[in-house]
Amino acid sequence: MHLGINHFLVLASILFCIGLYGVLVKRNAVAILMCIELMLNAVNILLVAFNHYTVAGAGMLTGQVFAIFVMTVAAAEVAVGLAIIIVAYRSRKTVDVDKIDLMKW
Amino acid sequence: MGSFIAFWILATVIVGAALMVVLSRNIFRSALFLVLCFFTIAGIYVILSADFLAAAQVLIYVGAIGVLLIFGIMLSRDIRWGGETTRWRRPAFLIGGLLLAIIIVVIFSTAWPVGKDGPTEATTSALATQLFSLDEGFVLPFEISSLVLLAALIGAISLVRDK
Repeated sequence: MHLGINHFLVLASILFCIGLYGVLVKRNAVAILMCIELMLNAVNILLVAFNHYTVAGAGMLTGQVFAIFVMTVAAAEVAVGLAIIIVAYRSRKTVDVDKIDLMKW
Repeated sequence: MGSFIAFWILATVIVGAALMVVLSRNIFRSALFLVLCFFTIAGIYVILSADFLAAAQVLIYVGAIGVLLIFGIMLSRDIRWGGETTRWRRPAFLIGGLLLAIIIVVIFSTAWPVGKDGPTEATTSALATQLFSLDEGFVLPFEISSLVLLAALIGAISLVRDK
């Protein structure tokens, strides 16, 4: 009944693989962005779990600092990604990634 | 014991909500399940005694990113659409399952250097000390991340602005 590090690692990998499946399978660009957020959250769980269980000295919170940076970059990524999707929707009238193939030869 | 039960409840909700995000036919509903997923991940942070990160998760992911994604869905017309999948469903399932199996095997066959349990007191001030201490802190990455945010802000505005 002890909560070990493996619990969190397995949970994070399940979440990551669900997100990966969604990224590969979805056709709506916003849905792909949502699945990328799932994957980033899985990585954040990993960072915090490693920081909680395997860190050396007391008061060392490097993993949590990394998680904060991941959150910052995720927020920036979602803002720019949605802006790009909205611009693509304006010019192509669709957010289907199979139909946005302007740069495909 | 208490955190053990809490972990299993939270893990079940997280995996179920994530599956609903991927499998739901209605994109608006999958966005709401994504918000639920973010919220329960904040609970996982509480179990890992990362109280500041739990608060930041609720503020940034549930509050900001969730609302932003729902805005994006609303702005790209047909709400009921979005459950469509590519024809790569079976290969993608295979890749995801295979990767998960490999990762789990590696996790259980590695002897992680598990030390003592994590911090037991509030982490906010310790986090600030770690972030801003001059000798081994993260002052430069912190400044660069603020630049990244500024660039993203300007970029998003200039992308969607009417010309």
